[in-house]
Amino acid sequence: MNILEVKDVSKSFGGVKANQSISLNVEEGKIVGLIGPNGSGKTTLFNSICGTHPINSGSIKFYQKEVSTLPIPLVARLGLLRTFQQTHIYGKLNCIQNMIISAKSESTGLFSVFSKIPTTLNDKAEALLEFVGLYQKRLLRAGDLSFGQQKLLELAMALMNEPKMLLLDEPTAGINPTLINGIIDRLIRVNKDYGITLLIIEHNMRVIMSLAEEIFCLAHGELIAKGTPEQIKNNKNVIDAYLGTQ
Amino acid sequence: MRSKKIFFLLVILGLIAPFLFPAFKLQMSIMWILVVLALTWDVQGGQMGYNTFGNIVFFGLGMYLCAATQIGLFFPLGEWTAAGGEKTFVHNSEQYFQGLFLGLIVAAIVPVFVAVFIGYGILGLRGHYFAICTLGLGIAAGEFAGGIEIIGAGQGMTSPPWPKGIGNTELRGEFFYYICFVLMICSFLFLRWAYSTRFGLVLNAIRDNEDKAEAMGINTMKFKISGWMVSAFFVGIAGGLMGNMIGYIEPVETAFPGRTFGVFMVLMAILGGKGTLIGPIIGAIAFHLFKEGFWTFFLGWQYVALGALIVIVVVFFPEGIMGYLREKFPERFGEVVDEKNRKSQVELS
Repeated sequence: MNILEVKDVSKSFGGVKANQSISLNVEEGKIVGLIGPNGSGKTTLFNSICGTHPINSGSIKFYQKEVSTLPIPLVARLGLLRTFQQTHIYGKLNCIQNMIISAKSESTGLFSVFSKIPTTLNDKAEALLEFVGLYQKRLLRAGDLSFGQQKLLELAMALMNEPKMLLLDEPTAGINPTLINGIIDRLIRVNKDYGITLLIIEHNMRVIMSLAEEIFCLAHGELIAKGTPEQIKNNKNVIDAYLGTQ
Repeated sequence: MRSKKIFFLLVILGLIAPFLFPAFKLQMSIMWILVVLALTWDVQGGQMGYNTFGNIVFFGLGMYLCAATQIGLFFPLGEWTAAGGEKTFVHNSEQYFQGLFLGLIVAAIVPVFVAVFIGYGILGLRGHYFAICTLGLGIAAGEFAGGIEIIGAGQGMTSPPWPKGIGNTELRGEFFYYICFVLMICSFLFLRWAYSTRFGLVLNAIRDNEDKAEAMGINTMKFKISGWMVSAFFVGIAGGLMGNMIGYIEPVETAFPGRTFGVFMVLMAILGGKGTLIGPIIGAIAFHLFKEGFWTFFLGWQYVALGALIVIVVVFFPEGIMGYLREKFPERFGEVVDEKNRKSQVELS
């Protein structure tokens, strides 16, 4: 079953056509990659899916529900979460607080503003921090962590929310090679153990080829190829987009 | 446990203070009002990261509403203001306290609704844009109030004087001192509780990264408006009390004093350490002591001295007193690396 269906989505900023009638489907439970040279519209597509900006035309369906017109928090509450290319964490709060605030709040009524924080969240937060290897630093301010650790924290925060699907924008950008292996390992476990569908933007080919079961390639705002990692590696369009035509 | 003891000690000190320093009753009442202003400013400016100059709107609104209710309940408001300071109408003691009670309720509730209304419009703005917009609100409110004839327009109006026949001016001072003190304690306790709920955490999340908070499914607007409602509630009451203590309400200087109180509430919170619960209280008390000290000992140069204080605070304590302590002693604030649990060390290979 398709968890996410993007159909003929176009988005332009003034004269720049960032996305031109892009269609892609993501099957539930899979790890899917999204690649493309810089400025090819990958992050724009993520923003469109999450509702950061309205799209010009097309439709985006999550579990058969149209989400392209919904505001960001509502899309997130449906279970479609994203992480950012630059780490977005709450710098002055400690890791535990970062985690607790990321949990889905059960009540949404008028007086839920002052609802008590369930104590069970603390254990869950600690368990997830242990999963990404940040347990010892849980009481430090998140802003004092290193960039790589912040990326891991952001991943843990996303898991805390128990999403159905995660959009990861370059989870390994700017991270040292040994830590990258750790992140790959964690992402596979997220997919297998927690059953979360992943759509990953990635520039690191080694990472995306070893992670993804299916890859979409964008260039100058258009979808130019899709297929298994093997097919993508040998696709002429993809090679041309990355290296220039000969 | 120890902090609870200190708290009770301070409350008792606050309760007996008007008898220890009877000459400073009014000054101490104003100090508690300032503490309330600093505490509630910190909800936006410190905890939520929205630097507002607009809370002064609720202050003036509360002041006018309270006085207008006190008078309007028993006498025609227009004739009262037209009479200026003349004692044409006199509240008897029953009318006075009834009026004050209802006036304070109105002064609390109406600003809350105004906060929802304005907040819905402008809390979508961020950073400097929000600050400038609220600055405009404060100025506009002063001009607006200066144009309404029934509340005295630019001339201002008097609030009802203390009724004759009960006690002397000492009793009046003590009465208002205790109301101010109770208001301060209530706002402190309320905020302490509120910060322990989801409200506090979400406010901090908005301050640190609002985009992230939204992307994680938090309806940030709801929390931003709720925060402003809380501020408006307490600031409105504070304004109502201030109007009664001063006895004379003038639109720009006392009701919407953006240049003085509007800036002071920001300074006090920053001086004490914004984003902390205790910081604004310390800041407000220290600021009030400094300010009155300057006015007494450096008269003529008081604003120069105040300016120098501001420069010193901004240069040497940009995070305020509490922030400075946190930088110096992070362990005291619970920022520690847990060395015990070695097995969960980051093992990424």
